[in-house]
Amino acid sequence: MIISVASGKGGTGKTTVATNLAVCLSGDVQLLDCDVEEPNAHLFLRPAIQHVETVTASVPLVDLDKCTFCGNCAEICQFKAIVVLGGATVLPFHELCHSCGGCLRVCPEGAIREGARELGVIERGRRDGLEFVHGRLRVGEAMSPPLIRKVREAARPGAVTVIDAPPGTSCPVIAAMKGVDFVLLVTEPTPFGLHDLTLAVGAVRILGIPCGLVINRADMGDARVRDYAAREDLPILMEIPFDRRIAEACSRGELLVEVMPAWKERFLALFKAIEGRLAHVRAERKAAS
Amino acid sequence: MKELVVISGKGGTGKTSLLAAFACLAKNAAICDADVDAADLHLILNPQVRQRQDFVSGHSAAIDPAKCTRCGLCRELCQWQAIDEDFVVDAIGCEGCGVCYYFCPEKAIAFPPSTCGEWFLSDTRFGPMAHARLGLAEENSGKLVTLIRQEGKKLAEVNGLGLLLTDGPPGIGCPVIASMGGASAVLIVAEPTVSGRHDMERVVQLSDFFKIPAMVCVNKFDINLDQTHAIEAYARERRVTVMGRIPFDPAFTEAMVQAQTIFEYDGIAPGARALKTIWNRLTWELGI
Ligand code: SF4
Ligand code: SF4
Repeated sequence: MIISVASGKGGTGKTTVATNLAVCLSGDVQLLDCDVEEPNAHLFLRPAIQHVETVTASVPLVDLDKCTFCGNCAEICQFKAIVVLGGATVLPFHELCHSCGGCLRVCPEGAIREGARELGVIERGRRDGLEFVHGRLRVGEAMSPPLIRKVREAARPGAVTVIDAPPGTSCPVIAAMKGVDFVLLVTEPTPFGLHDLTLAVGAVRILGIPCGLVINRADMGDARVRDYAAREDLPILMEIPFDRRIAEACSRGELLVEVMPAWKERFLALFKAIEGRLAHVRAERKAAS
Repeated sequence: MKELVVISGKGGTGKTSLLAAFACLAKNAAICDADVDAADLHLILNPQVRQRQDFVSGHSAAIDPAKCTRCGLCRELCQWQAIDEDFVVDAIGCEGCGVCYYFCPEKAIAFPPSTCGEWFLSDTRFGPMAHARLGLAEENSGKLVTLIRQEGKKLAEVNGLGLLLTDGPPGIGCPVIASMGGASAVLIVAEPTVSGRHDMERVVQLSDFFKIPAMVCVNKFDINLDQTHAIEAYARERRVTVMGRIPFDPAFTEAMVQAQTIFEYDGIAPGARALKTIWNRLTWELGI
């Protein structure tokens, strides 16, 4: 089972929920930190990293001795990542390349071969029984989705996989949510929290994935997030109050369940609630078909 | 004209609340919300939209079942597995590379431009504003960021304003890179937590990489003084100007609930006073 922990708005406590949930579960559990631009889960889990791997994207390398400057590559490239200048030179812009392979295939002279651009690294390790994997986007690299997809390849069937997704509603978060079993949306009861939550719910619904909410700093702000959840029939699966002790513990990189062990029960209850929700959705879908 | 881009690396550090407050203090600024993926600034500034336009960028493939002979070439070529066994393109999976369209022997694939968002030119109580909204699950956020910043600059020029205040996106990827290029300076709003510090370090490295002058301020500094010191020490080491500290102040959230900046809600709140000092330093640093 794969659970993605996401949030339209950043800083709502997504990583807190993902890491605490993962450490509370027993059995075959993995945490995949897919927030590759700003990965934070390792700061709380402090896993022993056992394996580091560089991830690359394929980009064109042009052999100018074979190139006849026909311009076919520049024509097929939708991303202006390869241009032919004045019939005398070809310039690939590797940082713009989406690795579609079009130029390689279209070149009539076989003058283009595959090179590599570094996207970042994937680090794997363990914290006790918990398997940990995260990606770190190289500083200066613009494209995170290919690295996110690579991190997700570590998901093993049969395991419970908790994904810490990036914030937002565009391609990076889609890469971290597409095809998962459940999306847990962490929000806060403020106007910004509500606005970004409605966007995130919209994205989750486009993907057709069942979802539920965690409301963090639940006693700040106003009631509009709860009203919205009721209207949209979104289950609120957990609430975390604002507590300066929690904020301070998180600021030091401590897990909630370490400083306040009573929370372990609540995270287990959260997991049960997700399982219950999934069973409910499955039954509903079965009845519909 | 100067452009200040406010970024944070980590989301939720208070970047947008700060930017709105600066807009309230600035007397000569245009405003730009470049956090197109989850734009929130309008919730405080309540812009009156004067002009709205579609954001058309990139293309998306669609297969005509009447012409398709199911040869399978497109499925083989698509690097994103966006074409299923029934030869239907998944619009969310499609990267818009056009390879299937180019090579389809039956010319069965259309490749129309896609509308992936919209953008607006508006008036606010603090000045003109350019803002945008990327469609859900869309791509090309970097291009929309570039576009909206250009529109923001035009607004400033047309109105004879000397400053553009830009609310940037979180992270260090494509939209952030697009939000920094050519800016006069970035102000990084950091949060004194292990995550906030880690993320701030990465965004400092990014501004270094693109050679954009950076400044940093620590929001909610009293949540963890050790982390605040560590952030400021790192900043000094990397020649990032330390602009000051803002205390944890519930007045920021209370103001947001009222759709106000902190200066309108409670001008003598501790957070407001700290921000005023930072703003004075900012105007000096930017020479405005
Ligand atoms: S692989 Fe695709 S995106 Fe990259 S340069 Fe070639 S045509 Fe352009
Ligand atoms: S345009 Fe490119 S990404 Fe889209 S379906 Fe065709 S081959 Fe796949």
